[in-house]
Amino acid sequence: MSLDRVISGETAAGQRPCWSCQAPLSVRAAFCHACGRIQPPAALDHFRRLNLAPRFDLPTADLEQQYFGLQRSLHPDRFAGKSSREKALSLQHATALNEAYDVLRQPLRRGEYLLELRGRPLNGADGGTIDDEELLTQAMAMRERLADAAGEAEVLALIASAEADAAAILAEIEGAFAQEDLASAARLLTRLRYLAKLTAEARARVAGAGSGVQA
Amino acid sequence: MSLQILEIFEPGETPLPHAEAPGIAVGIDLGTTNSLVALSRDAKPEVLRDAAGRGMLPSVVAYDAARPPQVGEEARRVLLDEPERVVSSVKRLMGRGARDIKALAGRLPYEIEPDAAERMIRLKVAGKSLTPVEVSADILRALKARAETSLAREVTRAVITVPAYFDDAARTATRDAARLAGLEVLRLVNEPTAAALAYGLDRGAEGLYAVYDLGGGTFDISVLRLEKGVFQVLATGGDAALGGDDFDHLIAQQFLRQREEDGGGGDLSVGEAKQALLTARIAKECLTEHTDGEWMLEVGGRQSRHRLDIAGFEALIAPLVARTITTAKAVLADAGLAPGEVKGVVLVGGSTRVPLVRREVAALFGRAPLADIDPDEVVALGAALQAEALTGGGDTLLLDVTPLSLGIETMGGLVEKVIARNTAIPAARAQEFTTYQDGQTAMMIHVVQGERELVAQNRSLARFELQGIPPMVAGAARIRVTFAVDADGLLTVSAEERTTGLSQAVVVKPSYGLDEEEMIAMLRTAMENAGEDMVLRLLTEARVEAERVLLALDAALKADAGLLAAPELATIERRMALLRQAMAAEDRHAITAALEALDQATQDFAARRMDHGIRQALKGVALDRLASRLEAEDPS
Repeated sequence: MSLDRVISGETAAGQRPCWSCQAPLSVRAAFCHACGRIQPPAALDHFRRLNLAPRFDLPTADLEQQYFGLQRSLHPDRFAGKSSREKALSLQHATALNEAYDVLRQPLRRGEYLLELRGRPLNGADGGTIDDEELLTQAMAMRERLADAAGEAEVLALIASAEADAAAILAEIEGAFAQEDLASAARLLTRLRYLAKLTAEARARVAGAGSGVQA
Repeated sequence: MSLQILEIFEPGETPLPHAEAPGIAVGIDLGTTNSLVALSRDAKPEVLRDAAGRGMLPSVVAYDAARPPQVGEEARRVLLDEPERVVSSVKRLMGRGARDIKALAGRLPYEIEPDAAERMIRLKVAGKSLTPVEVSADILRALKARAETSLAREVTRAVITVPAYFDDAARTATRDAARLAGLEVLRLVNEPTAAALAYGLDRGAEGLYAVYDLGGGTFDISVLRLEKGVFQVLATGGDAALGGDDFDHLIAQQFLRQREEDGGGGDLSVGEAKQALLTARIAKECLTEHTDGEWMLEVGGRQSRHRLDIAGFEALIAPLVARTITTAKAVLADAGLAPGEVKGVVLVGGSTRVPLVRREVAALFGRAPLADIDPDEVVALGAALQAEALTGGGDTLLLDVTPLSLGIETMGGLVEKVIARNTAIPAARAQEFTTYQDGQTAMMIHVVQGERELVAQNRSLARFELQGIPPMVAGAARIRVTFAVDADGLLTVSAEERTTGLSQAVVVKPSYGLDEEEMIAMLRTAMENAGEDMVLRLLTEARVEAERVLLALDAALKADAGLLAAPELATIERRMALLRQAMAAEDRHAITAALEALDQATQDFAARRMDHGIRQALKGVALDRLASRLEAEDPS
């Protein structure tokens, strides 16, 4: 890390020179205030990348306003006539913005990411042991229902019930994060993840073999 | 005041109308059946037309061993008489291998080189061996020329549209074709996105829109959100091998079956296969406006007549149309939307003129689709708008997605997805893999694109080997593979062994792509052809210049021949005749030499005319008024 700083000329005060005109800049500056050229993206978490406070109950409108606003000035389409270095930097910025937006717009991934930021990452996506008895029982029952579902209507009913459960859990997760109850948030997110997986499987079943998926 | 008749331009420096003027970029719709080029100024896009006012250039190229290729209408006429030297629908072959080509009654409509199974296909046409990239480059050159003629300036930059569902191999092939044609691609834009841009900007549309794009050879469906100048693609899907051409195939097959039942079997030649497809196409177009018709086929010198009515035609194509509707439903599901939430459906592509297609799309979305911008032109118009936005700056923002998942092969021929379909681009994702044998020092990385679980069911994009992994026990090495998709949808893959920092980056050159050597060889050929073009241009310049001098000299002699002695006049006239002779021949150097000789012979004449002119002008002018008079008259 410190070596990176030496190489990039970054100083202890969080400043670095503009790669083009050498004007001193904050490491977070996307553009040089002196020459206007685009700068390398800073190492920021997804919330900071989009100038948002790290919170679970993130209004979609705020997220989109920040995301679209930043893409408007940083997207590669704005740099089509610029030098290859500026093009490359814009590509890095836009990639990072897309990644941040993708994580934060989905409640499940946003919650998991918040836990990670707080130093309490969930177990690996599919591995790890689940010690939530209630979840295990519920999961087994739902999986049986899906396996036994005779027609499309039954599968659709199962999806609807899973979605209703997910909405209820989402509200609980908001409460848990609001009270900084990270243990509960983690437990609820695991359930949410399970429901999401089941819903996806059920949807795939409905879509059947003749979907838009091409060999 | 000086006479300019004998001023000679340096070769190649004649001021042609193609003066370099940067900033301009055109939009190109490189279609399966037709291609278009458009230019936007002040957010008003216009299709550039030929002298006859035609906007669409048929994507048809006729080759001849001796002459440069013909593109467009001319080539389409050749298709009738000499189909074997014509290539059409080449877009369907972009980034493809031989096994992807569709046969008609067991006969491919192309002669292909036999060894092309595992690499980019090569067509044998008029004694040449051509890749789809080269054929596409010929179409792009024709579009470039059309734009240059229409705008009277050089055009070197373009936005080119591709089907949203094009995979990496087909996108790379399109980019390579542009490079061969001397065009810098500012951006590859997905066709439905370009269409949405044209609609959105034209009508100030906001909300959720679907674009249903059924062209000659490809089908795309995209769902977008339009809001305050932002065009955000939520999901896209399609079929890179489904279009109006397939309707033609079905009709042709039916006609050929009928012949066979009537005892008129027999093998088709390549030319006859093309003609059968052409007849089928005419039948299809006719059935868009009429309820039935009769068409004639001629195979092996025997003619046969075939009737088809609209019900029969719709029964033939119904399964294909149903496939597009299934795909549309899947894309809506991917976007998390019900059909009723979509505010408008835009129809793009000539095949959406087929009434059955319109009915089925309307039934799915529960509303009449929009087709008030010409479905043949809307993509080119959108491309032109984006070209203007990229060069002149603009406030709109196109946020597109990758149409197909990208992954790598893992143990047992399974695919591990690294970037899921419908991920916003540009995107980058990394995944860690490890070795599965003790002491393993190399790892094969096989990049695939597609949605299926098994490698064999997906498209293989590239294979490369990460070498020099330090020997460790199985599972100890940590190999991080990063996929990066840029704003054109093109993929770069890099791999790094994390315990040692050993890294390798590869630009993915698709298995069915051109390698760098092939590309260089093609560029060289293109340059040589350009060399011939340059010679021709210099010859034309020399002739034009000689003509100009002769005209001026004729005028000067008419006015002032009296200033010359008889032998002087004879010399000048002799040299003028020599120059006229040289102009009739093809040697530029001979013209230049004759011009120089004439220049020498006329220098005294020019000087005498100048003196004479001054004396005439000064006659009767008082010396004190001379200065002001000269100032007023001499523009220099």
